[in-house]
Amino acid sequence: MKTLRFLIPVAIFATIGWFLLKGLDRDPRQVPSPLINKPAPAFSLPQLEQAGNWSPDSMRGQVWLLNVWGSWCAACVIEHPLLNQLAENKVVPIVGLAWKDVPDNSIAWLRKYGNPYSVVVTDRAGQVAIDWGVYGAPETFLIDQQGVIRYKQIGPFTPEIIRDELLPMVRKLQSR
Amino acid sequence: MSETADPARLKKLSEELRCLVCQNQTLADSNAELAVDLRRQVETMISAGRSDREIRDYMVERYGDFVLYRPPMQGNTLALWLGPFAMLAGGGLIWWLVQRRSHLAAQASLADRGSAQVSAPPDQAELNNRRDRARDLLRPR
Amino acid sequence: MLLWVLMLAGWTAAVAVWSGSLPQILRVRILSTLGLVTIGFVLFLLYTSNPFDRLIPAPADGRDLNPLLQDPGMVFHPPLLYMGYVGLSVAFAFAVAGLIGGRFDAAWARWARPWTTVAWAFLTLGIALGSFWAYYELGWGGWWFWDPVENASFMPWLVATALIHSLAVTEKRSTFRSWTVLLAILGFSLSLLGTFLVRSGVLTSVHAFATDPARGVFILIFLALVVGGSLLLFAFRAPAIGNGSSFGLISRESMLLANNVVLIVAMAAVMLGTLYPLVLDTLDLGKISVGPPYFDAVFFPLMAPAMFLMVVGPLARWKAAEVPDLARRLRWAFAVAVAAALLQPLTGVGFRPLAAIGLAFGLWITAGVMIGILEMLRGPDQRLSLRRARMHPTSIWGMQLAHLGVAVFVLGVTVVNSTETERELRMAPGQHVELSGWRFDFTQLSTVRGPNYDATRGRFELRRTDDAAEAPPRAVLFPEKRIYRAQNQPMTEAAIDRSLIRDIYVSMGEPLGADNWAVRVHIKPLINWIWLGCVLMALGGFVAIADRRYRRRLAQQEGRITSGQGSAAGGLAG
Repeated sequence: MKTLRFLIPVAIFATIGWFLLKGLDRDPRQVPSPLINKPAPAFSLPQLEQAGNWSPDSMRGQVWLLNVWGSWCAACVIEHPLLNQLAENKVVPIVGLAWKDVPDNSIAWLRKYGNPYSVVVTDRAGQVAIDWGVYGAPETFLIDQQGVIRYKQIGPFTPEIIRDELLPMVRKLQSR
Repeated sequence: MSETADPARLKKLSEELRCLVCQNQTLADSNAELAVDLRRQVETMISAGRSDREIRDYMVERYGDFVLYRPPMQGNTLALWLGPFAMLAGGGLIWWLVQRRSHLAAQASLADRGSAQVSAPPDQAELNNRRDRARDLLRPR
Repeated sequence: MLLWVLMLAGWTAAVAVWSGSLPQILRVRILSTLGLVTIGFVLFLLYTSNPFDRLIPAPADGRDLNPLLQDPGMVFHPPLLYMGYVGLSVAFAFAVAGLIGGRFDAAWARWARPWTTVAWAFLTLGIALGSFWAYYELGWGGWWFWDPVENASFMPWLVATALIHSLAVTEKRSTFRSWTVLLAILGFSLSLLGTFLVRSGVLTSVHAFATDPARGVFILIFLALVVGGSLLLFAFRAPAIGNGSSFGLISRESMLLANNVVLIVAMAAVMLGTLYPLVLDTLDLGKISVGPPYFDAVFFPLMAPAMFLMVVGPLARWKAAEVPDLARRLRWAFAVAVAAALLQPLTGVGFRPLAAIGLAFGLWITAGVMIGILEMLRGPDQRLSLRRARMHPTSIWGMQLAHLGVAVFVLGVTVVNSTETERELRMAPGQHVELSGWRFDFTQLSTVRGPNYDATRGRFELRRTDDAAEAPPRAVLFPEKRIYRAQNQPMTEAAIDRSLIRDIYVSMGEPLGADNWAVRVHIKPLINWIWLGCVLMALGGFVAIADRRYRRRLAQQEGRITSGQGSAAGGLAG
């Protein structure tokens, strides 16, 4: 019985070690969104190349994506072809939010890399991005027919993520 | 900048909020663009008369508990906040038990000897100790 | 890593050279243990972090050293810190060697003590230098952030402090043996844990370098082998060690035991705060941050008992002490402490309970050290005599000096935290700002081209508010905002006017257009006491190991004295 007491240190170490091992798979800097399953924050922003403001209310009844990007964002270039493909296949409408960008730069960037967006709005001050809990680009939100955020992609998409996570969720929501 | 409504409050709040794009820095100390934006947001809310709690809640609504450097007292942080004091209490208990064990051991050996010795008889380790310390005293300076 | 291996080799060599008086078998086991640990590190170096890997083709130009590291403070901080981290491996090796051999008498503790104290002293200096460097280099005026990597160095320090106290008891009274062994293993384990944390990427930190999960896995395996192995060895061999001599409820032993308990609980609290976000995330229970507000709230209350005991312990007799006697001898220390607390509002910031407590403890410890020294110098005739100083072992003087260092540190922290002032505002040349009786005149802005950076330099003249405007400034400060060309990295170079009484700190933040800058000015009273206190602590450690007892060659003395003194030694009281 006395020996058991002496096993406590190694037991504590084993527990800590297990957590450290599991921790290697995690990203300590990734901030999960508290807005999942909550209504998407309302806004009214000017459009990039069209007159008049736009609000997410106009997407009620549809499942859609909001993609936060900027012409200054290197990772957005990597992700963009995948968005172009999604748009081409008419899977789900994508709304672009040009975050803290200069409109001329945004327009030029889209000309260069393609425009998958059905609508592009500009958030020059970044206020709307803050409301949506955006802290980096690119970030993408999946919103359902009732205007509730169902999924957030932090960082650029990869083909695997689109295939294994996004598309199944889109299909599930669209079949409701 | 010098026109900030309440610099002391801004400082206090932004020192407890985390910069989300930095490697562990407060909102107060970071010069990242998002940090500057969020600081401005805090300033605006202070001027609008919001309370500290409302401002913190605003941030948490959008970024989660991660943005607070002072973890809130809630279900998943009970162990965090109570842990240190529980451990101190546990430590105190261990201290007490070690004391008692030592005291009881001394009494037990007294009982064995059945004599009126004031202290427990020294063990070999203690004798070695005394020998070494005697050497210290007897060595020429 | 290369530095780590170099230090480890150095310490091993030192142990090999200066352990002539150790029993052969113990020496062999210690050196083998150190050797095995070295093998592990060399393998790590070769397979995951090889600094000698070639980059083919060679790049045209390097990316320059991170500007934050281009500073003399940074030259000394890692070596000092590593001397401490790696030095704890010696205590570890002593523990493992002892466990293998099953012998833990007073002699084992006497040999282990100086090695551990030196490692502790270096660790103290390394941490202090890191803090000092962060203060002047990072430009925000802070000196400790409870960042995971800072905590990774502080946890072994807390354990090493507990260990040097525990070794004192094991040496003098041959008790706490298995606990001391466990602490020795724990100290080095935390050094290894620190190595893991800064390189694996599991925690975010400004310090995290070379983050790479592959390296993380290797270190984790190494940790499992070294720490897990030694703790298993402990589990099987420690029960046989035995308990040693007994001691009373109030005695120096019981107080040192309490000291150990408090330090280990403090270490556990720091570990809890550091690893908690990771644990929650792993269990999918949420993502939180644990920062300075938590650690400050938790750590200082935990340290209070230790600070109280620091004065009572040294005055208590071994084995049994009496409370009334201690109270009588310490009445002046208590009075001074209470007076300090009551006089705290005189510092000009109104009544601040935490500051009052801090001042009380700082003066309690100071007075306690004075009383201890007076008692040591007082002869049986109650007269003071400096000659009596030589009658006490050097290690006791080291202890008093180190404890005084703690007092100085506590006073520095308390005063700076409660009385520092700062202002942040937009300034352009020609403008001025006043703060706490000082006037800062922003007189000029100039551009400077450094060897690898371009800078905007501000010129600030410092005067007291009641100085005449034409009087020569008391100091001129030149804060800079630099852009290091190689990676276009901005850096704030603060300007500090230092003195033992206060630091005056000016830094330039962001340019706001048209020669306007975001300027921060701080007045920080007694801040240098923080690092001075640490230096005194380390100095105390170095003084302690200069004790003659460690320098004699035990083997020779053994022969001479037992033949001369015979049984007289055995009969002397302990």
